[in-house]
Amino acid sequence: MSAYNFAYLDEQTKRMIRRAILKAIAVPGYQVPFASREMPMPYGWGTGGVQVTASILGPDDVLKVIDQGADDTTNAVSIRAFFAKTAGVKTTTATTEATVIQTRHRFPETNLGAHQVLVYQVPIPEPLRFLEPRETETRTLHALAEYGLMHVKLYEDIARHGHIATTYAYPVSVNGRYVMDPSPIPKYDNPRLDDCEALQLFGAGREKRIYAIPPHTKVVSLDFEDHPFEPTKFEHPCALCGSTMSYLDEVVTDDAGGRMFVCSDTDYCETRQREGHIGHLNAAAPQTCPEAAE
Amino acid sequence: MNTPTTPLLKASGLCKFYGNRAACRDISFELEPGEVLAIVGESGSGKSTLLNLLSGRLAPDSGRVDYALAPGQMRDLATMSEAERRLLARTDWGFVHQDAREGLRMNVSAGGNIGERLMGIGNRHFGNIRETAQVWLSRVEIDPARVDERPTAFSGGMRQRLQIARNLVTNPRLVFMDEPTGGLDVSVQARLLDMIRALVAEMGLAVVLVTHDLAVARLLSQRILVMKQGEVIESGLTDRVLDDPQAPYTQLLVSSVLAA
Repeated sequence: MSAYNFAYLDEQTKRMIRRAILKAIAVPGYQVPFASREMPMPYGWGTGGVQVTASILGPDDVLKVIDQGADDTTNAVSIRAFFAKTAGVKTTTATTEATVIQTRHRFPETNLGAHQVLVYQVPIPEPLRFLEPRETETRTLHALAEYGLMHVKLYEDIARHGHIATTYAYPVSVNGRYVMDPSPIPKYDNPRLDDCEALQLFGAGREKRIYAIPPHTKVVSLDFEDHPFEPTKFEHPCALCGSTMSYLDEVVTDDAGGRMFVCSDTDYCETRQREGHIGHLNAAAPQTCPEAAE
Repeated sequence: MNTPTTPLLKASGLCKFYGNRAACRDISFELEPGEVLAIVGESGSGKSTLLNLLSGRLAPDSGRVDYALAPGQMRDLATMSEAERRLLARTDWGFVHQDAREGLRMNVSAGGNIGERLMGIGNRHFGNIRETAQVWLSRVEIDPARVDERPTAFSGGMRQRLQIARNLVTNPRLVFMDEPTGGLDVSVQARLLDMIRALVAEMGLAVVLVTHDLAVARLLSQRILVMKQGEVIESGLTDRVLDDPQAPYTQLLVSSVLAA
């Protein structure tokens, strides 16, 4: 523990990152460049999010880390252990108990409050990247708010698939000004970003960018008048907790086409199960006997 | 040419140097609304540089370009903000490149290519954008059923016509064309020229056309500038210049056209 400064990064680095965060909060949706550091984990594992978390973490914070909604996958476990070791902060898997939540590709199902900060890990912060490869040009497009190109992408979706087929990293307009990539969260989560009570910070380590959505900011998903934005809908309830109000992962259960749909947010799902909500494939569910049913 | 109309574009004393080589030297002229002006000359005579200066894609070393945002309201391009210039370039102007790949998004469908300008100025209705794209495809003689195909599936002549449609969809007043028929075979060239001529007449477009092909200049333009080594050595009505060239270089140019 004493071999590390609190939360791994040295204080000067944290100050530099905090300045970038403050600027990002002041200009919602604007990508602020920062001097991203090498972290003791590979790019793609959340080096951007980790640096943001390290810079805002205090000794009294309670940290939760999720990866695609789950608290128990490698990425989440490793980052939680990293901060438990280098900062000695309390960690939790309960969304309601956490003050800082680092997330990879999900917004927790439980509503966040004003005392909480959500830190996103971002692989590619530039929403225009695949249409305009030149960084100088995308910066100009942002500066002049020339976002016609973003709609060209959505146009192509409809022209090719008959509907907007972008299902994750769905572009949003923040505070009526900057178009932003919300990181690869499913578009199901997009409405949650709007008017959120919690501060949302986005860190891209490899691309060296930080951006933010301050609390209660207007976030609008881009769309066409005749093809409005629609969040993903599910045909099934969660097989474990029976929820019809959550984002579901498809889990293949055998090699004969068997599959189940379960909540991607493990904390939400487990909390509901503890409260007595039982899905149809839950082992605790009352087993219906085929003979008796007849 | 002493009509009292106000010019659409006015170039005064344009100079551009690359090192100490002059690409353009002291070029001045006026372009009337709806007028087609051809700039001819051999390779390296400064035609393309002049076109880039006029369209604000390049800043002149000295001289200025004024554009009439509204009748009688001339604005110096150099004093416009980048935002104003870019807005102008994607609404009131068009730019047709010699190589259609430069002017098109090759990985975006024909409809998306035509619709980009519409979406850029705030059109947010997919159905209307696609319909407008189809109307424009038929106007440039491409089957509207191919609206969802990418330009990679199009022939060279079709790509060039698609590029023209993409530029004209916002009803611009001025179009810059850099060798629009270059690299196309002769029959395709002829059809493209016919189409450009019809569209120009129909829409009342002003065109600044760079070409090394005197036949193209004769077919499309009313007025002509002959350039050599960065200078305009002769200018006037196209028919007059081509039928009765005064400058020795123009005489050489006209006499060196192969008769078919």
